[in-house]
Amino acid sequence: MNLEKVIFGFFIVLAATLNFGFFIGDMDNPAHHDIYELFAALVVSLVATVLKFGDRTQIGAIHLSTSLVADLQLIAAAMVWGYAAHVSGTGLTAASTASIVSLSGGALLANMVSVIILIAETIIQRR
Amino acid sequence: MQQLARHHSIFFMILRRLRAPLIVLITIIAISVLGLTLTPGVDDEGKVTYLSFFHAFYFISYTATTIGFGEIPYAFSDQQRLWVTISIYMSVIGWAYTLGSVFALLSDRSLRQAIAMQAFVRAVRRLREPFYLVCGYGETGRLICQALDRMGVRAVVIEVDEGKVGEIDLHSYALDVPAIAADAGNPETLKFAGLTHPSCVGVIALTNDDPTNLAIAIAARLLAPRVPAVCRAEHGATSANMASFGTRHIINPFERFSETLALALHAPKTSQLMNWLTGLPGTTIERRRNPPRGPWIVCGHGRFGRWMVDAMDAEAVPVTIIDMEPKGDGVHRWVQGDGTGREALLEAGVDTATGIVCGTSSDVDNLSIAVTARELNPDLFVILRQNHYDNRALFDAFESDITVVPSRIIAHECLAILSTPLLVPFLQEVRRRDEDWCGAQLERLTHRLGWTVPEIRSVRINLSRAPALHRRLMRGETITLEMLLRSPTDRRDALDCEALFLDRDDDDHLLVPAGSTRIRAGDEILLAGSAAALSDFGLVIANEHTLNYVLTGEDLPDGWVWEKLSRRRPAPNNPNLP
Repeated sequence: MNLEKVIFGFFIVLAATLNFGFFIGDMDNPAHHDIYELFAALVVSLVATVLKFGDRTQIGAIHLSTSLVADLQLIAAAMVWGYAAHVSGTGLTAASTASIVSLSGGALLANMVSVIILIAETIIQRR
Repeated sequence: MQQLARHHSIFFMILRRLRAPLIVLITIIAISVLGLTLTPGVDDEGKVTYLSFFHAFYFISYTATTIGFGEIPYAFSDQQRLWVTISIYMSVIGWAYTLGSVFALLSDRSLRQAIAMQAFVRAVRRLREPFYLVCGYGETGRLICQALDRMGVRAVVIEVDEGKVGEIDLHSYALDVPAIAADAGNPETLKFAGLTHPSCVGVIALTNDDPTNLAIAIAARLLAPRVPAVCRAEHGATSANMASFGTRHIINPFERFSETLALALHAPKTSQLMNWLTGLPGTTIERRRNPPRGPWIVCGHGRFGRWMVDAMDAEAVPVTIIDMEPKGDGVHRWVQGDGTGREALLEAGVDTATGIVCGTSSDVDNLSIAVTARELNPDLFVILRQNHYDNRALFDAFESDITVVPSRIIAHECLAILSTPLLVPFLQEVRRRDEDWCGAQLERLTHRLGWTVPEIRSVRINLSRAPALHRRLMRGETITLEMLLRSPTDRRDALDCEALFLDRDDDDHLLVPAGSTRIRAGDEILLAGSAAALSDFGLVIANEHTLNYVLTGEDLPDGWVWEKLSRRRPAPNNPNLP
C-alpha cells in the first residue's frame, strides 16, 4: 500500500462525491443545493488538480485534463452564484440556481471520467 | 557534473516541484474563507449576520495578499476579528512557503541546467545556415571558433567545463555561438547540439581527452555518416582506432610536427615551401636556418619526444635521449636526468651536438633546458615545445629556432581541412616532388607574391559559385586561366594570385597549371594570393559585366534601357552581385 496513492484516490473520489452531493436535488430549487457543498467541491477539486501536476504519463495527462475541466465548470458555477446572489440584486432565483446546478453537473461528468480512469489505472496495474 | 540523459520538459518539472506549496496555499485560503463565512458578525442595525462566500473570498483575497481594503460590508465583530487574525498568520505562512519554493526552484542547479539545455536545443534547431559542431573549447577550440567567426561560418560548441562556456559569452563573436556545458562523449548531447541537423557541415572533436574524441568520432560515423569529422588524437592507438572506422581526418599534433621536422631534415626546400603555404595568413615567413643533420639531443621521452626520436631515426640522425627513466633500447644513447642542469646536458654531449629538442610536458623545464643549452653551446638549433598558450610571452622572449605549439598546429590543420579541402591533396602532391622543383616554385611564388603567407582558397566553377563563367563555358567559349586572372579595374594588370592546383571531375588534376590551361565547367581551382585579389577573382567569375570586361575589354550596358539604346542582344537574366 502506498500512502501517496491513498491520498490521490481519496481526493479524486471526494471531489466526485461532493460534486454529486451538490448536484442532486431539484434542478431549480435553491434549498436543495447548499452553497457550502459547492465551496467544498471546488476546493477539493483544486487540490486534486494540483496533485495531478507533473505526471508525464499518458494517463496522467488525461487525469489532469479532466480535472481542469471540472475546475473550470465549478469556478463558472461559483461565479454565476456570486453574480446572482450579490451583483444582480434579485438574489438566487430558480433560473440562476438551474444554471449553477447544470454547470456543476458538467463538472460531475468530468469527475466521473476521472474516477473511471483511476479505476482503469488500478486494474491495469493488477497490484 | 550531472548528466542530462533526457530532454526535460521544464514546465512539468516546475509543476511537480510546486505541488506541495500550492496545495498548502489552497487549503489555507479555503479554511480562512470557510471560517469567515461561519463566524457571526453584526450589521449596522445590530442584527447577527454572516458573511457570504462572495464577501469572504473577496476579503481573504485582499488580506492574504497584504493589500487590505478594510472590513466590508460592515465593521467586523470581535469573533470575526479573531478569525481574521488567525487567517492572516496562516496565509502569511502559506505565501512565504510558496514564494520560498519558487525562488529555491529558480536558483536550482538542475532546473537552470534544464533551462539552459532547452534554450540551447532551440537555438540549434533554429539554425538555418551551415554550421560546424566544435567539441571542446580549449585553446584550440577558441582559435577555431575565432577563425570560423572571421570566415562568417556559424559554430556550435560543447564544452565540459562551465567556466569556459561562460567565456564564450564574454568573447565578442560577430555571430551568436550556441554553447552548452555537457559531456561531448554522450551521443544524446551530440544530437541536441545538431549532429543530425541537416545544416551541420562538420564535426570537430578537440577535447583534451582521447577517449572522448574517439566517442565523438564513432557517434559521428554512425549517426551522421555524411558529416565529415575532424578529430584530435594524441595517442597512436586512438588514431589507429579512429582510422579503422573511417574517420575522415585525424590530427595528431606531435605526429604532424615530427613529419614536418623529418621533411625539414630531409628536404629543406620542400619544407620551406610548405611553411610558406600553410603558415597563418598575413604573417611573414623568414628564411630561417634549416635543422642540421648532426647529432641531436632529445630531452624528455614522452609522447612528443618519442615522435621526435622516430623522425630522427628515419633520417638516420644520431640521437641522445635525456630522460628521468632511461629505457636503454640499445639503439640510442640514454642519459638519466631532467636536462635542466648542466651535468646531464654535458654528459649528453651538448658541446658537440648540433640541435636540441626541449620536449617535456612542463613549459618552465623546457625553457630552462633551452637557456642552459644555449649557454653551453650558442650555435645549437633549438626546438621548443610550448604546452600552454598563456606562456607565450616567455617563449617569444627566447629566440628558439622552432617553437612547437600543439594547439596552434591542430587549429591550423583543422582550418586548412575545413576551408580549403583541395589544399591537402595539393600538399601531398608537393611532397612527392623533388627538392629542385620545390625550390623553383618557392622562388617563383615568393617573387610574385612576397614572403607574406598568402590566403589560400579553392574555387569551384559551378552555377552557384561562378554563374557568369559557368554560363559562358556552357556556351562553348574557350577561356584560359590567364584570361581570368586579370584585375577587374584594369585588365592589363594581372591579379596578385597564382593557381596552385586544378582538380577535375574525371579524377584528372594539374599541379601548378599553366596560364594557357583551358577551364572547364566543374573544375576546382586552388588559388594563393592576397585577400583582395581573391575577392576580385570571386567577382570576375560571378558577375557577367566584370567577366565580360576582363575577357573582352568592353563594358556591357547595364539595365534594360541602356541595352535597348545600344541595340544589343539582352544578356540573359543578370546574375546577382556577390
